[in-house]
Amino acid sequence: MDNQRGVDTTMTAPDANHPPERFEADVYGLIAEFETPGQLLKAAHLAREGGYRKMDAYSPFPIEGLSEEVGFHHTGLPAIVLTAGTIGALSGFGLQYWVSKIDYPMNIGGRPLNSWPSFIPVTFELTILFAALAAVIGMIALNGLPMPYHPVFGAPRFARASTDRFFLAIEATDAKFDRKETRAFLESLGAFAVSEVDV
Amino acid sequence: MATDDQPRRADGKSNEYKHPDPVLEGAHDYASVTDKISGIVLTRYTPRSWFLAFGVGFLLLMVFLAAVTYLLFVGTGIWGINVPVAWGFAIINFVWWIGIGHAGTLISAILLLMRQQWRTSINRFAEAMTLFAVACAGLFPVLHMGRPWLAYWLLPYPNVMGLWPQFRSPLVWDVFAVSTYGTVSFLFWFVGLIPDFATMRDKAAHPTLRTIYGLLAMGWRGSAVHWHRYETAYLLLAGLATPLVVSVHTVVSFDFAVSVVPGWHTTVFPPYFVAGAIYSGFAMVLTLVIPIRAIYGLEQMITARHLGNMAKVMLATGLIVGYGYLMEIFMSWYGANSYEQYVTSNRMFGPYAPVFWSLILCNILTPQLLWFRKIRDNVAVLFVIAVVVNIGMWLERYVIVVTSLHRDYLPSSWGMYGGTIWDYATFAGTIGLFLSLLYLFIRVLPMISIFEVRQLISTRRKAE
Repeated sequence: MDNQRGVDTTMTAPDANHPPERFEADVYGLIAEFETPGQLLKAAHLAREGGYRKMDAYSPFPIEGLSEEVGFHHTGLPAIVLTAGTIGALSGFGLQYWVSKIDYPMNIGGRPLNSWPSFIPVTFELTILFAALAAVIGMIALNGLPMPYHPVFGAPRFARASTDRFFLAIEATDAKFDRKETRAFLESLGAFAVSEVDV
Repeated sequence: MATDDQPRRADGKSNEYKHPDPVLEGAHDYASVTDKISGIVLTRYTPRSWFLAFGVGFLLLMVFLAAVTYLLFVGTGIWGINVPVAWGFAIINFVWWIGIGHAGTLISAILLLMRQQWRTSINRFAEAMTLFAVACAGLFPVLHMGRPWLAYWLLPYPNVMGLWPQFRSPLVWDVFAVSTYGTVSFLFWFVGLIPDFATMRDKAAHPTLRTIYGLLAMGWRGSAVHWHRYETAYLLLAGLATPLVVSVHTVVSFDFAVSVVPGWHTTVFPPYFVAGAIYSGFAMVLTLVIPIRAIYGLEQMITARHLGNMAKVMLATGLIVGYGYLMEIFMSWYGANSYEQYVTSNRMFGPYAPVFWSLILCNILTPQLLWFRKIRDNVAVLFVIAVVVNIGMWLERYVIVVTSLHRDYLPSSWGMYGGTIWDYATFAGTIGLFLSLLYLFIRVLPMISIFEVRQLISTRRKAE
């Protein structure tokens, strides 16, 4: 169950002197498994200092500072949410203004057609609605979800990444990636296990 | 428990105030909380009490089906509404249900912004409660319309009649406020569930279950980059939901306050409606959580701290509501408007006086027991108080709606109002809908946010 794709269950290099005949292109990267969030955070930090750039960490809950260590700083979300909220406000007020003043003017007790104070509640609600939808859809879309398959799902015991294990993956596209050296590097970080991940 | 934490202050590691009641009891680790919470769902075993509670809910839901079917055949004439009191049970129940929902948003959004750790074990459950309460609330205005199949006329859309909604009317604001509230509550709940869907996908043994949870998880893999965006989005949602929840009950109170009916036309309504909403919502969370925690043995996650804090919030908001009642009475005297004065004295000593005094007993007097720690710690008594407050808040809306309408300016159009059997059947029916949805939810989805409890363990370990 843990290893649905039958990848390297031995947890160590099959044989350091005779690596299996595979091309780098077949490999998504190397993944190291850790037992605590502290170990993972430290490992990500050392990998960053060691010159690795294309990596990602996987954990069962958010860990403060981890995304910065794997080289991610700006989510881009606040700007999207602000823009959507502004569009919501403008369209909310615009709709009411157009309906009440232009398309269907109605004299209610002599009040001005553009009786803006009574348009505030709907304007406010639509601001929140647009902004909230943008926050959620933006988060899902920027994260590239839904993504039914991803190579790391094939890693041994990766199912535990949603329970109690912490993973650091260094991708093969990294300029510094080398199957032997990177593996040795990850092992030196105190990983519980290091395994190769197929594309 | 407290003694464990005390000696550590000497080595300067933790100067923070330690609460004597922890938010998580027992020697739990990441795997044990995951197994405990997901195990409730991922098992063929269903406790007998679940069947009992769901059975009651489902039975009442069938009552709802009958009541609504008859309503659609005959029309709103089957209800007790009449000419002075055209707003009867439908509006009372609408306000009651929507108020109940507010505690969920308060727990999930406002307590998140205030970094209250005790929200963690109850937020998922409270959010689900919000969602189902809003669903029940939304049914009433629609059924009250007489021709519910034309409910979409409430929305602004270009139509062959060339008509638009009247945007100066609080009833139209209600449409926007409630539908936005429902949508945002759903988003909040769903976003909170995504990482837990992934856990369920990885934990489920049955391939069908794995597929269903897998589809819902959308391929969530716990990437650090994803978590970062996730937390940003969650925080933004909390920041948006906080003013939203205040606006929703404010708009609901505008339905009354914007009119010129004596007893309704008052500026104290928005704040005291919001406080009342939170008050009734916390009462409902306690009413639901106390039995469920016992059924599933969740005492280590929903601890005395959670129950005690909710009792305190109830006491505080109950006092605000009491202040609201007091100000209403004071202003009707101080305002020197004879109609307002009449409504106040009619409420207290008129034909509906028993309802008014029951409301004072349920909402103002009973909760004063919560000042005592012994009572807050007694789960059974707390449960009874919560139920009493729920009833009291329903009576409050009854008093507001009925006493104000039944005698206003023209004595020639005075009248009396009482709900018919169909009014009660519809109300009981929505309780059935609510219970059915809630018990289905706790059977198929993790009712406690698993990843947030794991995070809590991690913070606790760091502090040690």
